[in-house]
Parts: sequence; structure tokens; C-alpha cells
Amino acid sequence: MEKTVNQKAWFLVLPVLLLVAFSAVIPLMTVVNYAFQDTFGNNVFFWAGLTWFEELIESDRMWAALGRQAIFSAIILAIEVPLGIFVALNMPKKGFWASFCLVLMSLPLLIPWNVVGTIWQIFGRVDIGLLGYTLDKLGISYNYTQDFYAAWITVIVMDVWHWTSLVALLAYAGLQSIPDAYYQAAKIDQASRWNVFRYIELPKMAGVLMIAILLRFMDSFMIYTEPFVVTGGGPGNATTFLSIDLVKMALGQFDLGPAAAFSLMYFLVILLISWVFYTVMTNLDKREG
Amino acid sequence: MADMTVNQSAVRSKPAVNVNTRAIVMGLYLVFLILPIYWLVNMSLKTNTEILSSFSLWPRDLTFQNYATILTDPSWYMGYVNSLIYVVMNTLISIVVALPAAYAFSRYSFMGDKHLFFWLLTNRMAPPAVFALPFFQLYSSVGLFDTHIAVALAHCLFNVPLAVWILEGFMRGVPKEIDETAYIDGYSFGRFFIKIFIPLIASGVGVAAFFCFMFSWVELLLSRTLTSVVAKPIAATMTRTVSASGMDWGVLAAAGVLTIVPGALVIYFVRNYIAKGFALGRV
Amino acid sequence: MAWMAWTWQTAAFFGIIAALLITFTVLAIKFPETPRTGVLRIETTRGDRLFITLLGSAFINLAWLGLVGENQPYALGVCLVYAFAVFRWV
Repeated sequence: MEKTVNQKAWFLVLPVLLLVAFSAVIPLMTVVNYAFQDTFGNNVFFWAGLTWFEELIESDRMWAALGRQAIFSAIILAIEVPLGIFVALNMPKKGFWASFCLVLMSLPLLIPWNVVGTIWQIFGRVDIGLLGYTLDKLGISYNYTQDFYAAWITVIVMDVWHWTSLVALLAYAGLQSIPDAYYQAAKIDQASRWNVFRYIELPKMAGVLMIAILLRFMDSFMIYTEPFVVTGGGPGNATTFLSIDLVKMALGQFDLGPAAAFSLMYFLVILLISWVFYTVMTNLDKREG
Repeated sequence: MADMTVNQSAVRSKPAVNVNTRAIVMGLYLVFLILPIYWLVNMSLKTNTEILSSFSLWPRDLTFQNYATILTDPSWYMGYVNSLIYVVMNTLISIVVALPAAYAFSRYSFMGDKHLFFWLLTNRMAPPAVFALPFFQLYSSVGLFDTHIAVALAHCLFNVPLAVWILEGFMRGVPKEIDETAYIDGYSFGRFFIKIFIPLIASGVGVAAFFCFMFSWVELLLSRTLTSVVAKPIAATMTRTVSASGMDWGVLAAAGVLTIVPGALVIYFVRNYIAKGFALGRV
Repeated sequence: MAWMAWTWQTAAFFGIIAALLITFTVLAIKFPETPRTGVLRIETTRGDRLFITLLGSAFINLAWLGLVGENQPYALGVCLVYAFAVFRWV
């Protein structure tokens, strides 16, 4: 659609601008201010210059957390996106069963994140949880509070359980917008199932899939509550992702300066990756349109 | 993953049994989704002794005591009330401010519109952990600490951009001729917007409200940081079950089940909306 | 405002950013432009290039801090070269 040039549209955007400025710009400025100073509490600050940034860049702690975070996000994207598409392809198109699936699939999305953590914390326990108990009876040693791999698998399965439905629902929305005529044409041409997917379904889903990937990437990159409840970042530091490390630093040890510097770098990384995603997405949109 | 690929190839090579494979795939996926939730419900209906002493797939010694504990104690159930208050406030604020903004983005091009849109999105991407501490300072300094409105405003950080994003997608699908006809017919902007335009994108508003409700309801980090007593959300209240005498598993599970209920109700009421909304808009 | 812990350095930093934004807004009003496609093969306006410059500069400064570790002001020199490159070719 051709848009009209109208500078007065700014007035319509103004409420959003003011609201988000209040809740984003002021705190962000504060974070920048903290990042360059040292404090012993009571709002007494000393200029620290680049000390915190230097310390963090040279510390293994941040790089390790960043590495774990990157691996985690990569793994869950690699599982959730194909699985979500696959589920969406298999969802009933209309009628009672379509609503039924929609309702059940939305359920994990609406559970508070600490409850998601609690559910899996209980579910995986060897003494009282169904999963842990079953695995234990099968003779598989499984203990997510002690074992590195068990902790990672639990956190990943939990995230797949929690968020695959979002990808599936978005992909399903994309599929719903494909007119029946397309499928009939494909049938006449005797297109294989794969070709239908590759040349009809995938291009139609491309837009929503980019949104799904963007959302999943952003949310997984800032995941905090769920793994914190389940593993507390352990065993050792095995599942200490960026946010967990940050909160430990900011609220636990009350190291305002380093925590703020950490926040800024964290934010910069997210900004960079999101910008790349967004640019790719809008360019794809343009090429299609 | 292995059996999934097998299923997938089965779908492709044998379209004749398409329906059955579909049902099996969906069945397996739904069981995977429901099983952990079932386990929570199961535990909430057991006594602590039963939970710890024996292992059973369903409660042998059915009890509603855990729910009674929560529903008769104000310090418990006020947690739900508090959460609901700030979630509803947040949803209302987000939708009201996002509607005109989304209209502006979908209809007009203006100076810096693309940059503004991206900047809004970056706020959706900002980790709450980054903002937790400055938020605490900010709301303390303006005297809003431990109020519902503080949490509602804080959640706007990620819900307003999301609402703008979703609504913009829906509005783009409404032909511009409708606006023009209305203006020719003598409608003012305000009257046109409320009387004609909003009803047209009602399902979009429904979907946006659903997402705002969802993200505000499930968030814990900010709501916990910004409250202490008066506006304490249920998610923070739940930590009470850890006491010196050990975990109160039954009550913890019951509290968890009760946090799922509002979400389940919302989904149930908007289920047709969602199916339609998802199909109509780009989301 | 005391809790925001302002210092003149950070205030100056935000002042410069704000000044840049205002300058580019004025430029966009006075001299309207059409987006162009550069080496990155994406359409950019002056505003986009400013964003790429600022974000890149942040990473250049961090990289300098990590790799060289001293004489931080020289990193700003690198940023200027980078800014020139972005505005010329992107």
C-alpha cells in the first residue's frame, strides 16, 4: 500500500513515544551512568572510567556466559523452528479439532515462567517426578542438579516444551493464508509433498517465520527465570546464561558498576543481532512485495 | 527427533494415510505438552506425605486441602488479585496507546518512521535483567514503588512495542479506501477511528490484547523487583512454600495450577478469535 | 535525579548523541534524500548510516579495549575512519 506523507502522524505516535521513553530511555541512561562509576552504596559514586569494561572483557566469566548463551540459543532455534513448522503442517485446518489443538498448544505459553520452572523442577526429580522417576527405573542415571548433560538437556527440553507452540502457531497462521486453489493446482501438476512444501508453503510462511525466529532468538537470549528455577545456573556454572549471571552480579553482589557495564555489552550484542535480523526481514518483505 | 523424520517421510510418500499420520503426530505432541501439566495437577491433589512416600500416577488419597490453604489465606490469594490487577492495567494501557501509533505506522510515512519502529522493537528485545535495577531506582524516586501501576508501566516496555507491531500488521490489511470514504462522508478522525476502524480490526485488537495479557502475566523478574508487600504478584508469593521444615510440595503445585487457570480461561474465550485473527493478520 | 548518578562525561556523551540526532533530523528536513543501495546491498538513508556508525563505533571501542587495552582515544580515530567509510560506501 502506498503511504501518504504526513508529518502530523507524529502526534499519533507521541503517547507511545513518551511512555516508552519513560520506561526505556531513563533507565538506559542510568545504566550508562552506572557503568562508568564505582559505588559503596548510599548513592555516593566515584568515576571509574573504563575499568569495568576492561575487567569484563578480560574476564573469562562474561565470555563463558556469552558462549553458553550462544550455544543455547542456537540449539533451541535449531530444534524449535523445524519442529514448530512440522507441527503446524500436521495441525487440523478447521473445525473442532483445530480449536482444540490451538487451545492446548497455547497453554504452555500462558504459564508464568517461574511456574514453568517449577513444573520441570518437579517433573524431573527422581523421587517425585514422572520423568525423573521413569528414567531412574529404566536404569538411566539422571540428575539435573549434579550432572552437566542432564542439566542442559532438561533446560533445552523445557524450552522446547514451553515455546515450540509459538513457532507452530505463527507458522499455522502463515499456512492458513494460502488459498485452496494453490493446493488444487499443485495436485493437478502432481507435485510431490516436498515440492508443495518447498514452493508453496515455505514462501508463504517466510514472513511469519522470520517473526517467529526473531521472537524466539530474542527471548531465548534473555532467558532467566526458567533455568534459574530449575538449576539455579548449576551444576557449577553449567547453565549460567547471561541474564542469570547479570542478576547474580546486580542484585546478589550489588556490584552496580560491573553489572551496568555487563548490561550495556549485553544490550549491544542483542541490538546488533536484532538489527541484522530486522534488516534481512524488511528486505525480504520488499523483494516479495 | 529420529522418529519425527520417519513420520515426516511417511507423510510425504503416502498421502493416503495422511489423516492418520497427522492425528498421531498431533497426539504425540499434545501428550508431550500436557504430561508435565498433568503431573502438576496430580501432585496438587495429593497430601505431602503421599507425594514423598509413594509414587503413583494418580492421587490415591484425593485431597483438596492444598487448594483450601491457598483460597482461605489472604496473603496467598491476594497474590492472584495483585497479578490480575496489573496485568489488566497493562493490557489496557498498551492497547490504548498502541492503536493510534499503529495506525500512523500503517497509513502514513513521516520523518524517521522506520527508525522509530526499529527503536520500539529494540525495547521488546531489551532483557528485563538489564532494566531491573534502574527500574527499582526510578519507581522508588517517583514514589510508585510497590504499586500496581508501577508494574503495569514497567511491562509496557515490552508490551507496547509488541502491540504496535501486531496491530500494524492487521491495519495494513484494511484498504485505505475505507478511510477516505469515511472522511468524505464527514467523519472526524476520532469518530471514524472508534466507530468504523476499530470494529474492522477487532480480531487484531483481540490478538494484541491476548499477547499483552500473556507476556505481562508470565513475567516475573520485573514484577518481583518492583513490589514488596502491597502489590506482590502470585509468582513471588510462591517462594513462600520453601520453609525451614522443607518444601511444601502440595501447596506449591496447587499454587502453580491456579496460575495456569486465568491463562486457560483467556485462551478458551478467545479461541475463535485467535484462529481467525491468526488467519487474517500477518501477526 | 540524584539516583541517576550523572557525571559530566556521560552527560556530554548523551549530549553529543542528541546533537547528532537533531543535526540529522534538520538535514533530513532541509535536504530530502532518496535511499541508496551500497556495498551491503541494503537500502540506507543518512539516518541508517548514522545508526550503523554508532553501533559499529561501540564495538570498535570495545574491541580496542580488549585487544590493545591502552590509548583509548585512538579508538575514536578508528571510529572516524569507519564513519567516513560507512557514509561513503554503505
